[in-house]
Amino acid sequence: MQFLFDKYDPANSQSASEADARGDFSRRTILKSIAGAGAGLVIGLHLPTAAKAQSGAAAVFQDGAAEGMFAPNAFVRIAPDSTVTVLIKHIEFGQGPFTGLTTLVAEELDADWAQMRAQSAPANNELYKNLKFGVQGTGGSTAIANSYLQMRKAGAAARHMLVEAASKAWGVPADEITVKKGVIAHEGKGKTASFGDVAEAASKLTPPQDPFLKEPSEFVLIGTDLPKLDTKAKSTGMAEFTMDKTRPNMLTVLIQRPPVFGGKLKSMDDAETRKVKGVVDVKEVPHGVAVYAEGFWAAKKGRDALKLEWDESEAETRSTAEIVDDFKKSAATTGRVITNEGDAEKALSGGGKTIEAEYVFPYLAHAPMEPEDFLIEATEDGATCWAGSQFQTMDQGAVAKTLGFRPEEVTVNTLFAGGSFGRRATPVADIASECASAVKAIDAKRPVKLVFTREDDISAGFYRPLNVHRLKGSVDADGNITAWDHVLVGQSIMKGTPFEAMMKDGVDPTMVEGASDLPYAIPNKRISFHMKTLKVPPLWWRSVGHTHTAYSTETFLDELLAMGGKDPVAERLRLLGDKHPRYAGVLKAVSELADWGSQVPEGRARGVAVHKSFESYVATIAEVSESDEKGIPRVHKVWSAIDCGVAVNPNIIKAQIEGGIGYGLGHILFAGINLDKGRVVEQNFDTYRSLRINEMPDVQVKIIKSAEAPTGVGEPGVPPIGPAVANAWAKLTGKRVRNLPFATDAA
Amino acid sequence: MAKFTLNVNGKAHEVDVDPEMPLLWALRDELNMTGTKFGCGIAQCGACTVHIDGQATRSCVTPVEAAAESEIVTIESVAGAEAKAIQDAWIKHDVPQCGYCQSGQIMSAVALLRETPKPTDDDIDAAMTGNICRCATYHRIRAAIKTAAAELKS
Ligand code: FES
Ligand code: FES
Repeated sequence: MQFLFDKYDPANSQSASEADARGDFSRRTILKSIAGAGAGLVIGLHLPTAAKAQSGAAAVFQDGAAEGMFAPNAFVRIAPDSTVTVLIKHIEFGQGPFTGLTTLVAEELDADWAQMRAQSAPANNELYKNLKFGVQGTGGSTAIANSYLQMRKAGAAARHMLVEAASKAWGVPADEITVKKGVIAHEGKGKTASFGDVAEAASKLTPPQDPFLKEPSEFVLIGTDLPKLDTKAKSTGMAEFTMDKTRPNMLTVLIQRPPVFGGKLKSMDDAETRKVKGVVDVKEVPHGVAVYAEGFWAAKKGRDALKLEWDESEAETRSTAEIVDDFKKSAATTGRVITNEGDAEKALSGGGKTIEAEYVFPYLAHAPMEPEDFLIEATEDGATCWAGSQFQTMDQGAVAKTLGFRPEEVTVNTLFAGGSFGRRATPVADIASECASAVKAIDAKRPVKLVFTREDDISAGFYRPLNVHRLKGSVDADGNITAWDHVLVGQSIMKGTPFEAMMKDGVDPTMVEGASDLPYAIPNKRISFHMKTLKVPPLWWRSVGHTHTAYSTETFLDELLAMGGKDPVAERLRLLGDKHPRYAGVLKAVSELADWGSQVPEGRARGVAVHKSFESYVATIAEVSESDEKGIPRVHKVWSAIDCGVAVNPNIIKAQIEGGIGYGLGHILFAGINLDKGRVVEQNFDTYRSLRINEMPDVQVKIIKSAEAPTGVGEPGVPPIGPAVANAWAKLTGKRVRNLPFATDAA
Repeated sequence: MAKFTLNVNGKAHEVDVDPEMPLLWALRDELNMTGTKFGCGIAQCGACTVHIDGQATRSCVTPVEAAAESEIVTIESVAGAEAKAIQDAWIKHDVPQCGYCQSGQIMSAVALLRETPKPTDDDIDAAMTGNICRCATYHRIRAAIKTAAAELKS
């Protein structure tokens, strides 16, 4: 095993074989910390090796030992058998980073796709931070965007070293050597080698500082529909999620949380619980009462038998209607102004036709298909976690803090997660903290897997915050929009969390994004907001602020255009002018794709919306009719055009737009979290209704060709679907739905 | 607690459990067969779908005592022409995103093709509406079922 740093001293490590197994860190700082820490960290460094055994999927994880592995940097591992494993710093929960980031490496490495593997990187801020966040984490649709150059450089550096090694071995100049589909060749000498052949020699070379990168026109893999690395494992039941993970002697824990947000435990009677066969212990923990059992069923039965009383004196005990009323009162007044152009107030009273509209957006749960879970095994020296961790180092920090370790004594194994949509990215690391508290409460005697039931998931808070928007607009005699006054009332996601540092002048950008930067040329514009504080914990939810701002702005605009007698596509284009070519580009593309203006089948209508989020532009057209359910549209067809810069994997981008449309549509039509005297009404999929296959439209996606740096795709498909459907519905029925979801408005 | 024999994937397993324990948890926690997933526990999502005597069944609401003596097949060893066609089509269409619902989707789709080799869109809706996919891979699920059906015909 060759390491790439001269000062590495094997005597500092536990044993030569362990050094081999962990041969994946090339930075001295890390090695220093290894030398200083206990066994916990050494286990941590086995992580990439251990992780591969968990999936049972050869296509994802590389088989075989780390023996002789060439490790040019923190991301690339090349084995003697020429398999290339890419350490993925982002969690894979369906958005495709395993495949996407591996593609970036493979491209610059000129590897054959068949030799590529992916596995999760360990928690390590220094090596694996999200370059847009400064800490390790996945979110904001940044996986490709922040890794684009980093991963290409990682691949290019490895290629450079492999070529240099071959050049030395063959006695030929490096620039006469070619690499194609994993074959290194020198034509003149008739020599060829695989990556594995020269890996050991390459590992003795110094990595280049600034490796040469390809021009986009030279891309071979980027821009093609490479099959996803994790598909097979996920089509055979082999993919391993946290829910599936067990450790010897492990206990399953369910926590009974307070029935109201901000409630506290007053008294506990666990006599009946302890009688349930399989229940091992019951403990009060900071988040409620933890029931420990051999397996889920006993834990659930035991928890159901608890008799608890709660102190609700400091809790949120209002019902949704009261909260909405309070928000509406605020919405009636201008809030903190963040955009002010011209004089909206004056223009509104200037004699044109005006409309005023009030929108209500409910709390939304993410309800990822795999309910939240977390597994911790602790010893005196440290802890090992298995989780679908979205902010790895924050989870690591939370576990360390609760259990009294240093962060480097806590290993986080990131497993596949069954969806997240933001839920696994809590700034307060609620899931990790709860699990750690449960471990602590039994003095870490046994490994603990914390499991949420679906009811726990849906009622635990961390919602897309409730929002009320009020918009006023006016149109002159020629149908031109003259004024736009938008008031938003919501809850800050960042305030009071480590992300508060991202707030400028007291403005949480996640509250107003998509509204504050309205692209349309309207002479008089005012946008303001009120920030509310409630005990209901808010959280980013797939596309965050855009979930409501795209809806209110694009439907209200549509209403003003209709009042002015304008075509929704043509007038949007006019209002975008030449200042916003990428907005206009997707709008034109989608109108061509759907043949906007053509005859729409009897009983159907179409609506359009365009929105930018996470630096990507998406325009969507929806075609709807009335369904059997009163007030609920049947969405037949959806066309979307996206401009996300370079399309690394068009197939994955299309899948994300399809999925974003389905996710957005299901919530716009059916879903909302309501409180009844502070208690969450919806508990499971019977009342928190999800989109189903019979409600999924036929989707057609067009990706705009672009050489711009890639931007997000996981979220940007969500914002435009709601307003596109609402605009189509208004055209069909004359009804403007402003009280979401549609199901609520209809009731 | 009571003893039951569960015939899973052609093998008999003895379990000693609460008779009310849903089959799902017997499979996952007692037999360590974790391909069958927990999604809701109330027969709303289909993540836990297995075949019991050939029928697609939600194992989260099927007590162990009701499943004993039956033939249970799970994603770990679902086999035959339909299963192969479905899984191949799933791979061809790159259906899964997070993947968590897909065991259940595949078990429902295989049962559909066994009953209805040439499913219409309505047949697909009827057989698959019980399976939620929060990632909304529905569009590809539909396409993959059609591909599998065409594959079976040829
Ligand atoms: S877990 Fe059985 S249907 Fe959802
Ligand atoms: S693939 Fe994620 S829930 Fe279906």
